[in-house]
Amino acid sequence: MPRGDHTPTPPARFSRRGLLATAAALPAAALLPGCSVGRRGRTPGGRITLRFQSLAWQQDSLKATKHLVAEWNGLHPEVQVQYVQGAWPTVHDQLLTSFEGGEAPDIIHDAADDLADFAYGGNLADLGSLLPPRLRRDIPQRSWETAIFDGRVYGVPFLQEPRVLIANRAKLHRSGVRIPTPGHPWTWEEFREAARRLTRGTGHGVAWPLKEPVSATLNLALSTGGRMFHRRPDEKVEVRFDAADQVVPRTIHDQVNVDRSASRTTLGMGGSDTLPGFFAGRYAMVPLGFSYRQQIAQQAPKGFDWTVLPAPCGTAPDQGVSPQTLSIAEDCPHKEAAMAFIDFLLRPPNMVRLALGDWLLPTGREALRDPALRVARYDWAAGTALASSLRSAPAQSVRGYPEWKDKIATPGLQEYYSGAIDLDTVRQRLVRDGNLVLARYQR
Amino acid sequence: MSGRRPVSGRESSGTGDGPTARRHTATTRTTRTRQRSATPAARRTTTRTATARTGQYAALVAYLAFLAFPFLWLISTAFKPPRELGSIHPTWIPEAPTLENFRQAFTQQPLPAAAGNSLLAAAVSALIAIVLATPMAYVLARYRNRLSRAATGWVVVSQAFPLVLVIIPLFLILKGLHLVDSRIGLIMVYVVWSLPFALWMLTGYVRAVPPELEEAAAVDGAGRLRTLLSVTAPLLAPGIVATALFAFITAWNEFFFALVLLKSPGKQTLPVVLTHFLGAEGVADLGPLAAAALLATLPSLLLFAVIQRRITGGMLAGAVKS
Repeated sequence: MPRGDHTPTPPARFSRRGLLATAAALPAAALLPGCSVGRRGRTPGGRITLRFQSLAWQQDSLKATKHLVAEWNGLHPEVQVQYVQGAWPTVHDQLLTSFEGGEAPDIIHDAADDLADFAYGGNLADLGSLLPPRLRRDIPQRSWETAIFDGRVYGVPFLQEPRVLIANRAKLHRSGVRIPTPGHPWTWEEFREAARRLTRGTGHGVAWPLKEPVSATLNLALSTGGRMFHRRPDEKVEVRFDAADQVVPRTIHDQVNVDRSASRTTLGMGGSDTLPGFFAGRYAMVPLGFSYRQQIAQQAPKGFDWTVLPAPCGTAPDQGVSPQTLSIAEDCPHKEAAMAFIDFLLRPPNMVRLALGDWLLPTGREALRDPALRVARYDWAAGTALASSLRSAPAQSVRGYPEWKDKIATPGLQEYYSGAIDLDTVRQRLVRDGNLVLARYQR
Repeated sequence: MSGRRPVSGRESSGTGDGPTARRHTATTRTTRTRQRSATPAARRTTTRTATARTGQYAALVAYLAFLAFPFLWLISTAFKPPRELGSIHPTWIPEAPTLENFRQAFTQQPLPAAAGNSLLAAAVSALIAIVLATPMAYVLARYRNRLSRAATGWVVVSQAFPLVLVIIPLFLILKGLHLVDSRIGLIMVYVVWSLPFALWMLTGYVRAVPPELEEAAAVDGAGRLRTLLSVTAPLLAPGIVATALFAFITAWNEFFFALVLLKSPGKQTLPVVLTHFLGAEGVADLGPLAAAALLATLPSLLLFAVIQRRITGGMLAGAVKS
């Protein structure tokens, strides 16, 4: 622009407007490359690399899993699997952000009850057409149902954990109660009577570790026909708390507050917290997951004699489980290769190794027949005999279940078990407040 | 002090005759009486002071015990064999101490590599945060106007952002920059995360340095840079060390960003690796977990022990506002 005067030109400076525009453009520029989609997982040489996030954490299962990955990598130079260690307490948050950022692992180890949100959110691949017939046949339908949402398969269930009663054998024999077997378990009434007879002095017949009471209550309630979550003809789910749902909660409540055969102090504890008291003879029985046997085997004082009993049953010996699963991310560009690895990992002998490492039961029929899982040592056989009674946990596929569990059911059941509220009040909360929560997810 | 008369000395020891002497004698008597009557009160005061001091020491010891309890328990647990971990009568000193937990922790998880990653991320981010925060703090402290007050306010507000609020946008930005699963990306996040607090801390320290010192240096002919380097920086050193230490500890202990941003096993930091000793529903491999956690705590403790005096000096400096 021609200047009319002869004022000397000022030295070049950044204009304020220019600076502001640059500052505003920088974050946008930083975001732009994120819009491009790049293929991942294949090196220039054509070799595929898959990331497998495992949640194995116990010494033996960790060793077995890493060994199997190394074995696969040795056998398949063209499809390499990179082992990535995950952790149970953080897996949900970690996967959530990974999916949002498009950086999820290709093969995902998780629990079936954590899959619903990821499955409905389109983060997981439908494995229906990828599953090899061998794997499909080997795992029973009742286990598949734990990972099926809207008719699609989002995970391969491979390890499961029944809830059992771990009992002090000496106390049990002294009390003269009938010893239950997987074929002839206690009814809930018998269990209540046994707990009463096992209560002596300051010792209690049973210690319920119910820091997280919801899944224990729901899964055990399956044995009395309780489902609590009912699907209506219009496919919407509603909560009910009928007579069949009430048997298990009422038994626990009465053991604590009426019979005094259950310890009140353990209601707020986790499973591991009850073990010192169990070893010291303060409780004759503790309802725990099957894998707690490992801690008991490690920590029990020398000579402490314990045994595994089946959980009590009502109209059927069923109980709900949420198996460990292997899924494939929807973003994985090599789904067939990922499934081939899963198939390899879950071959019957490998499934047995993983189950032994985690002190859990395999889902596969072949693996369950393995003699290593049918030994009397550590009551493996007692647990294996329960495998056929394990069903999909009732709340597994219900959207909104985590919120119902955290906001309504956990505090409600905790208050009920401690005697702070009565059955009517807890029913109102579970049903009325619970249905309001579920309604938000089912609009 | 000028309004008070001494109760001893020449006046109180006067022995002359006459009204003055009598007055002196009376005064002396009164004073002695006062002294006699004041003695039990003084004693009571002394007793009260001693009691209060004992109470203070007792409270301090109780507080220290409260603070030390988790750490001492961690040490005890790290050396206990599994059977002692399951005992209902736990002991402070393990009956059969073992190093097995440490062996297991090291064989189960890559602790040295994770510690190296944590050290790198914490040290570099603390260094960068200090390099950036020191001049910024100086400007905020010395040039106080509407803009600097707004900037300080923003710094305070930014401390209130919860992690979950920022993690997804942060993740997307880093992904755009191809810095997810990168140590550089994590260090950048740590710098950004610790910068407001470092800035806030350092601003206090800068304000504690009297501007008159800088003015005196200027009068003596020192230029701005020379003044900053030779006068202000040495006085700020304790504050810088204290701030760097806090930035280091924040990054060393940080868990969530590292969990979300780092995917490769070889890059994971120590807090993330510690969670690998935990199972579902709160079950833990307690012995190895305690052993690994003890090792993770040691660097912070050592660092505090080594530069404790500097931190104390720095805190005191920051506490005094000019």
